[in-house]
Parts: sequence; structure tokens; C-alpha cells
Amino acid sequence: MKNANDPKQLLVSAIESGTVIDHIPAKTLFKVIKILGLDRISNQITFGTNLDSKTDGKKAIIKIAGVFFEDDDINRIALVAPNAKLNIIRDYEVVEKRVVSVPDTITAIAKCMNPKCITNFEKVTTRFRVVSKKPVALKCHYCEKITYQERLEII
Amino acid sequence: MKTRSLVSIDDLTTAEITKILDLAAEFEKEPIQDILRGRVVATLFFEPSTRTRLSFESAVNKLGGKVIGFTDSSSSSVTKGETLNDTIRTVNNYADLIVMRHPIEGSARYASEISTVPVINAGDGANQHPTQTLLDLYSILKTQGTLDKLNICMVGDLKYGRTVHSLLMAMSRWKTSFNFVAPEELMMPDEYKLYLRNLGLNYFETSNLAEVINMADIIYMTRVQRERFSDPMEYEKVKNAYVLHENMLGETKPGMKILHPLPRVNEINTDVDANAKAYYFEQALNGVFTRQAIITTLLGLK
Repeated sequence: MKNANDPKQLLVSAIESGTVIDHIPAKTLFKVIKILGLDRISNQITFGTNLDSKTDGKKAIIKIAGVFFEDDDINRIALVAPNAKLNIIRDYEVVEKRVVSVPDTITAIAKCMNPKCITNFEKVTTRFRVVSKKPVALKCHYCEKITYQERLEII
Repeated sequence: MKTRSLVSIDDLTTAEITKILDLAAEFEKEPIQDILRGRVVATLFFEPSTRTRLSFESAVNKLGGKVIGFTDSSSSSVTKGETLNDTIRTVNNYADLIVMRHPIEGSARYASEISTVPVINAGDGANQHPTQTLLDLYSILKTQGTLDKLNICMVGDLKYGRTVHSLLMAMSRWKTSFNFVAPEELMMPDEYKLYLRNLGLNYFETSNLAEVINMADIIYMTRVQRERFSDPMEYEKVKNAYVLHENMLGETKPGMKILHPLPRVNEINTDVDANAKAYYFEQALNGVFTRQAIITTLLGLK
């Protein structure tokens, strides 16, 4: 059995087919779950968090059985997990690896940092144009103010 | 027009701006017409702005339309807790066009997305006020005969001044060179200077008006407000440095005009009013023609 000595294999079991999202910062795991709507689906999901990572400090990993994401959907997590890596699994084998990239527009994920913006007063779905991807800077579709990465809040 | 509402000056292409300015000139020749007969315009002023509201109402009345609305939110259902969404949906039943002033930024964009009739943004907090920008453009075009390659000197509060930011963005389409005259604390924000640099346009910053006044085709004055200063001493030091007096105009260009979005407090001394270079009251009149052009364009009547 390969990777018999890898402790991660003991913590989170393998899936037959589906998606594994790795290299999620441990502190944003639940945001990723929420953004992808994983708290609302009935598929089998296992996750591990506060795992040691050589590159990211503490990381989290999610394995979702029977779900394959479109790029547009998965890129929504780029704001909170910019280094996330996807492994697409079929028949217990990794058939494809993908990385996430920040999309050009962000809808219904981020909060506008401008306290005087309409989106912070009424039930308006937030919309931003991404004016810079690294570091992330978002221009609000409504108040036209810029929300920078360090002040970014996920709804 | 690709959009029926006017929320931000950036919503308009240069060709659309030119068309509105041409139309404003037509209305200036013939301001009283019957184009809006039977039409109702709602002026929803969630915060008071007498000057802007009167200008819009004058524009509508001269074209035979009727105006309904409120002049500040304390006299409307907003005080009962109604959402903007509900107000707009309700007013949609009564009016052919909505003119809205609202203290919350982005409220006009939001209203334009809900509304079934055109929405004109008459100011959404510190964000946009595109009809002011269009009337400024009209005033510049009318007095200079062109918008191309002019020298515009902006004076006063360049940090928070919504009108100067919008005017800068709009004028940059015509290769303007800018002089920015402001106290240290109220200088033009970096994002606008970066915008000009990216377009390859020249600008010069100074805190001394005398240094650049004679180069100007247009002097755009704004008010330096006491409440903008973190240190009141700083305000006391600079408050008189940005006041225009008649005796400063002697060497300025013959065709130079002085603009101001009004209301003026003391930043233009009243001795300037009689000078032929003072243009701020005519500028306000131009607002009526410009708004006539905007309203009839959005309603598809012109």
C-alpha cells in the first residue's frame, strides 16, 4: 500500500471518486465550506484541519465524494484559500490536479469595507470587480470604493 | 444610450457625453418647450440639496412636465423604516423618471437596478454626482469653445471633493493638463494622480495659487471646510491661502473663467463677482439646460 507511512492517510480516508481540496489555511476552512455550500449538500464529506504543512503552517484538507467543481465555482474560494490545490479523484486515482485563481468578478462572497455603502444597509448582494489579484483589491459595483486584501471580510 | 439610467459619469461614452452637451446647447437656445407634457418626474431627496433639486425642477417645469417628490427623508415613509427597495418600487408606479439624492454610497446604482424607469443620480454620499460633472463640462465647452487640451486649475479641497474627482476623470478624456492647488492635508488622492499618469497626462501640484493661476483656462474653486482638518490650527493657517480675490486676476488669460459648484462661502471674495471672468452663476444656469438634455435623452425623447 502506497503512502503507508504518511500519517495524513490515517487521519482522512481516501475517496473513490470526487474532489480533494488541499492546502486550505486552517483558519479559513469553515469559510471555504460555506462558500462552496458544502454545509448544504448530502454528499459524504470528510475534512481534517490543523494539519501540519511544510509550506502553509497549519492547513486543512477537504474530501468530497461524488462532487466535481466547475472552475467558476471553485475560484470563489481563491479569496480565502489562494494556494488551494484540487485533486480530482476517479477510481481512487488522481486523474487531474488544479489550482485556484482569483476571478475577475466576485459576487456574494465579500463584504464592502465602506461603512457608508448601500450593501451594508440593505439586503443587496455584494458585487466587486477585481482590480488587483495580488494582493487582492476589489472595487465595489455600488459605492465604487476599493476593498483591499487586509480589510477583506467574507460574508 | 446603452444604459437608461445615469448613475456615474463613467457610464457614458465620450460620444454620449458630446451628444448630451450638444443637446444642452439646443435647450439653451429654446429652454421652454412642451416635450415633457404629461410626464411626471419624481425628485426623491433623502437628504436636502436645495440647489440641485431646484435646478432639476426648473428643467422639468420649463419642458411642460410635472414634478412630485419629497425634499428630505424626514417627511417621507423612510422615517417609518421603509427600505430604499420598497420606496423605488412604489414610486415606479407614479413617475416616468426618478431623480434621487441619497446619503448612502451606491444607493443610486442599486436603485437603477430595481427601478423600471430611468434613475438619475443627483448625488449618492461622497460617491458620484454626474449631472454636476456634465454641467461643468458644458460650462467649460461653452466658454472655451472646446474641451481639448485645456489647462484646468483645481483649488481647495481636492481630497474629499467629489466634484473635482468626477471632473478630473471626465476631462482626462480630452488631454487636459491639471494644476492642483491645495493645502498639504487636502491634496489630490494618489489614485487620481495614478490615473492621470497611466493616461500620460501632465499634472502639477502646489500649495501656492499664484504660481499657476496665469496658466489656467479654467479655475475650478472648491470650499476648504474646517471639519476636514484633524488639527484646527492647521485650518487657521491655510484658510486664507485658498481664497480668490479680484486683484489676483490681472495677469490671467483673457478667456479664463472661474467655476465653482456652489454654494460658495468665502473662498471667492465677492469683489470677483463683477469681473467678466467670474462664471459660477452662469454655470448654475447651464445646469438647467444640461439637465433638460439628460432627462429627455434618458426618456428617449431626444
